[in-house]
Amino acid sequence: MNGKRIGAEAIESKGWLRAHKWLILRRLSQLGILTLFLLGPLAGIWIVKGNLNYSYTLDFLPLTDPYVALQAAMTGHAPEKLGLIGIAIVLVFYLLVGGRVYCSWVCPVNLVTDAAGWLRDRLGIKGSVHFSRNTRYWILGMTLVGSTATGVVLWELINPVSMLHRGLIFGLGAAWTVVVAVFCFDLLVMSRGWCGRLCPVGAFYSLLGRWSPLRVSAPKRAACNDCMDCFEVCPEPQVIRPALKGEAKGIGPVILAANCTNCGRCIDVCSKEVFTFGLRFNNPTSTAKAE
Amino acid sequence: MATTNSKTPKSGIARRQFIFDVAKMACGVGMLGLGLGLYAKQAKALPALALRPPGALPESEFLGACIRCGLCVRDCPYDTLELAKLETPVATGTPYFTARNIPCEMCEDIPCVKACPTTALDHQLTDINNAKMGIAVLIDHETCLNFLGLRCDVCYRVCPVIDKAITLDIVPNQRTGRHAMFLPTVHSEHCTGCGKCEKSCVLEEAAIRILPPKLAKGELGHHYRLGWEEQKKAGHSLIDESKMIDLPDRLPEGARLPGHYDPASGHTETMRGLVGGDGGIIPGAPPGMGAKP
Repeated sequence: MNGKRIGAEAIESKGWLRAHKWLILRRLSQLGILTLFLLGPLAGIWIVKGNLNYSYTLDFLPLTDPYVALQAAMTGHAPEKLGLIGIAIVLVFYLLVGGRVYCSWVCPVNLVTDAAGWLRDRLGIKGSVHFSRNTRYWILGMTLVGSTATGVVLWELINPVSMLHRGLIFGLGAAWTVVVAVFCFDLLVMSRGWCGRLCPVGAFYSLLGRWSPLRVSAPKRAACNDCMDCFEVCPEPQVIRPALKGEAKGIGPVILAANCTNCGRCIDVCSKEVFTFGLRFNNPTSTAKAE
Repeated sequence: MATTNSKTPKSGIARRQFIFDVAKMACGVGMLGLGLGLYAKQAKALPALALRPPGALPESEFLGACIRCGLCVRDCPYDTLELAKLETPVATGTPYFTARNIPCEMCEDIPCVKACPTTALDHQLTDINNAKMGIAVLIDHETCLNFLGLRCDVCYRVCPVIDKAITLDIVPNQRTGRHAMFLPTVHSEHCTGCGKCEKSCVLEEAAIRILPPKLAKGELGHHYRLGWEEQKKAGHSLIDESKMIDLPDRLPEGARLPGHYDPASGHTETMRGLVGGDGGIIPGAPPGMGAKP
């Protein structure tokens, strides 16, 4: 067991609620989206039909997963009109708010891997096999080339994200085994392994949000007391360092790395309130005199 | 990072490491890709009794066009369609139905096709009668009650394209020698593969089943010509029939074959009366009394 829990200082200085603000909002978002999808099959209230691959809300709003559509396109099949409109809406949304917002605010597997990460920390499980964080981009490329080669939307054959989401809505079947496998993988085999290193869906969305205006920033980085809580809690800790520790190198305080999921946990756990949501353009090279 | 034009040992090591890392990735991810590719090949082997919704592209293309959203399932008013689960021997997340469980009711407005956001279900299909989900095949002549000489007729009665997709063809019952058998006969050009016949077959296991067209249909050699149709097209026989050498019909001594035309003599035996009449010497094999429309 760790001597001190992550974020303990923040809870002390800001109170529990404010130290969990973004986490709570994120869970509400994830569960709220899931609830909207489940209202139809469970309660007969059809607000949203379909699943994360494509959904149709109130017979008005189509939303298409651009990664699945891209794989289909690689096999030589274009969507119909509603499908195309759905792609456009989703692309614009994530271009603005950050692609990996999909991972932290929408994706149901995030609940699973966050649970695995939390338990791993509580149980003090150390040691982990190592895959490069770039593995996911290789897998992403493989699924696209493979879709062309096989004529099948390749990643959908085993994608745990759509399996879990579709399973919850249309009937889980044996898909729970895949979900358990991802959980155990993250818990026992590799820390933050699935979302942080392997999942090509996240890789795709990270590229999509490469230039998104909405970013987490560390404007009060001068106040950082090196407690390391943000690094501990972050699912992609490599994204924090350049922004947080870049003062001397003339790097601005905005986290520009595409793999920041905008989950906001660093904002929550920082007792010095270093982080905040901001815009990528508001990125002065120095923040030393920002008090 | 190694500079491009230096040959120092350090950049050499970095380059080696880089090549090694790339090779490692390519190999590892390549193996995953190979496994997935083989799995994809298996996934294309749709089980014969799993049927795709109306308007579905051929299986090899369907798995590339379908994005597994389930909108067709949602808009099917009869809960016919379902999405394949991981353990189903159908590509995960794709829609299918099993005729023996719930057949397609052939909605006139085809809501499943309308709901599809892709081309996986062909939006050109606007008349459900043109659907080809499969083709009914009366697969077991040994257990079909009509083939046993009974009058079940259920598959014929429930067929939404009755008297076109399924007809009852009348042939003599050789077992009794005095009754007719009404054989359900499928005509593939009209059968949509909805599966209502398979669903309603009264047997423990259906004697009539919907099979993929590929399994159900034979195919003539492309150079084959049907003489009687060519004759109809030309308005006369394509050959001089008087010069045709006709091999002797191997019949028992003194036997006559009613209706037989002998091209050499130009003589036609008189037709026999109805089945069960007294004309035939070989009552087991009279010409069929087809009842096609």
